[in-house]
Amino acid sequence: MFGKMFNKILIANRGEIAVRVLRACHEMGIAAVAVYSDVDRASLHVRKADEAYPIGAAAAAESYLNIEKILDVAARSGADAVHPGYGFLSENAKFAQACADAGVKFIGPSAAAIDAMGSKTRARQAMERAGVPFVPGTSRGLESFEQAEQVAARIGYPVMLKAAAGGGGKGMRLVHAPGALQSALEGARSEAERSFGDGEVYLEKAMVNPRHIEMQVLADEHGNIVYLGERECSLQRRHQKVVEESPSPMVDAEMRRRMGEVAVRVARAAGYTNAGTVEFLVDQQKNFYFLEMNTRLQVEHPVTELVTGLDLVQLQIRIAAGERLAFTQDEVQIRGHAIECRIYAEDPDNDYFPSPGKITLLLEPSGPGVRRDSGMYEGWTVPMDYDPLLAKLIGYGADRNQAMGRLMRALNEYFVGGIKTNISLFLRILSDPDFRAARLDTGFLDRLLEKKRAEPPTDSKATEVAAIAAGFFAALGAPAAAAGERSPDSGVSQPGAASNWKIAAHKEAMR
Amino acid sequence: MTYDIAIDGNHHRLELNRVESRWSCRLDGREVEVDAVLARPDVLSLRIGNQVYEVKCERVAGSLYLWVGSARFAVEVRDPRSLRRRVPGVDDHGPKKLTAPMPGKIVRLLVGQGDEVAAGSGVLVVEAMKMQNEIKSPKKGTIRKILVSEGAAVNAGDVLAIVE
Repeated sequence: MFGKMFNKILIANRGEIAVRVLRACHEMGIAAVAVYSDVDRASLHVRKADEAYPIGAAAAAESYLNIEKILDVAARSGADAVHPGYGFLSENAKFAQACADAGVKFIGPSAAAIDAMGSKTRARQAMERAGVPFVPGTSRGLESFEQAEQVAARIGYPVMLKAAAGGGGKGMRLVHAPGALQSALEGARSEAERSFGDGEVYLEKAMVNPRHIEMQVLADEHGNIVYLGERECSLQRRHQKVVEESPSPMVDAEMRRRMGEVAVRVARAAGYTNAGTVEFLVDQQKNFYFLEMNTRLQVEHPVTELVTGLDLVQLQIRIAAGERLAFTQDEVQIRGHAIECRIYAEDPDNDYFPSPGKITLLLEPSGPGVRRDSGMYEGWTVPMDYDPLLAKLIGYGADRNQAMGRLMRALNEYFVGGIKTNISLFLRILSDPDFRAARLDTGFLDRLLEKKRAEPPTDSKATEVAAIAAGFFAALGAPAAAAGERSPDSGVSQPGAASNWKIAAHKEAMR
Repeated sequence: MTYDIAIDGNHHRLELNRVESRWSCRLDGREVEVDAVLARPDVLSLRIGNQVYEVKCERVAGSLYLWVGSARFAVEVRDPRSLRRRVPGVDDHGPKKLTAPMPGKIVRLLVGQGDEVAAGSGVLVVEAMKMQNEIKSPKKGTIRKILVSEGAAVNAGDVLAIVE
């Protein structure tokens, strides 16, 4: 109709997002090409693909980050487009450009748009021209202590001093009162000088435990841009999002419209196309400030899909194929509430340390209002080489309460045996009174984790159940006494007699 | 059949016998009305009275854990037929093995063979999923043997070092 739809898409990613994209391809009648590293041959995205090509060693630089190898597979497989997923090469302007040069459509924004958003200072200058609100402060380096004093007095304390070349918290100082400004400025400058060889320091209003709220935008290649509502992403640990929801409990229709229009302005100023996300910091008075733009599909896109009824990956593919958006802003409706939990292979009892290994037992939830985007299966060994995200579990309901109830129920159905996961953390979060009352900010999770978990008193009933069950496992099934040494044909009295028949027949044949 | 069952280190005596189509069950001498169905390997549906429990069995690196709801119990089962099996020692005497809690790569050895270590002090560092984890000595003693070298890949449960 408006463009020629692709025949074959190469998915330059792994894990649950590769499976997510592959499903969209199949739903649209498009063949899906997987690439995989040496440790991923047995991964789900390879099993489900139409074609799969090995691209090298486990280290991402040798495989999933290797532009040359991925484009070589695109050429060999005859793929006409590449979907980068998130992470890896998804925000790499060089890769987007290399795809364009090779005549393969990159499903995402142009290299120029990625580049414009990749540099913080350039992004800020472009956005200031577009009238996008920033955290109040200086956009250039401070020239003197007197200037710092004046700016701080104007915007009000507390203020944050930041190194212009900064990152990783170096050259940063939080200042609560004028008396502490001079020594903080000197400290920040010398630290910035030592860390980055550049003593330039700027100043902005300190946001104490702000909310992190982001706006989804979608832009076609014909100048149409829409926003698809916000996601509340304030629940973070070490700057990693843990729980996301849509809509945000603090955003009403009017605030959504204002944020959405700013996000559309950001996208337009950057010449943006395809799916993108504009991140904002929001204070308790509902003032919102531009943080950055993510030029890719987000991990948490399913919550937006559930409340808008739109399929973002299919829309990404249609936009890349040159189609126009088939709906207008007025037709976008937010309906119901969705909450996502990121299920990680990590150990809650060992400071959330990654826990790769073999999944010996997997029981997965289903039922009303439950969406599960997963990259794992029973019997699969989670490799130690990549991000520990295993799956995303999303609860959807008519309102936040119903969504929480369904999510909690689904979390209780979810069982991953053999490795540690953070499922218990979500049960804690969802039972927390502050979470249930939607009192959220970016400090929430740290405060929750600091609270000593009331050590549950040893439940004598549960102990009794465990003792009896242990006996039954020994009597009915695998020889529990020989833990971990189960022989493959030990499922003696389980239902599903087919396997027993097979075993019996096999034994007969061996006679 | 009589089992000696340790739940988180506390021992229980369980008598379990098939009587016609039912089970007779005595836990620490007390009669309990139960029936059980192995729904699939490692998943047991248990009825105690009329209460239903789904108990999951997890086997990790030679150890056995049972999950009742969100409670996890370390379990050891001995039956008369397997009494010859060596019971893992729980005391602090004698040599102790340090095992890898997860598959990973040895990035650093913090001590050498023959070094004195305190209980809880780091022995080596294993890296997995871009995170480093210090493996600590379970007891005060001497490093008798280190079985891995820097850069080596290890699997969960592999013995890394022995402290005595």
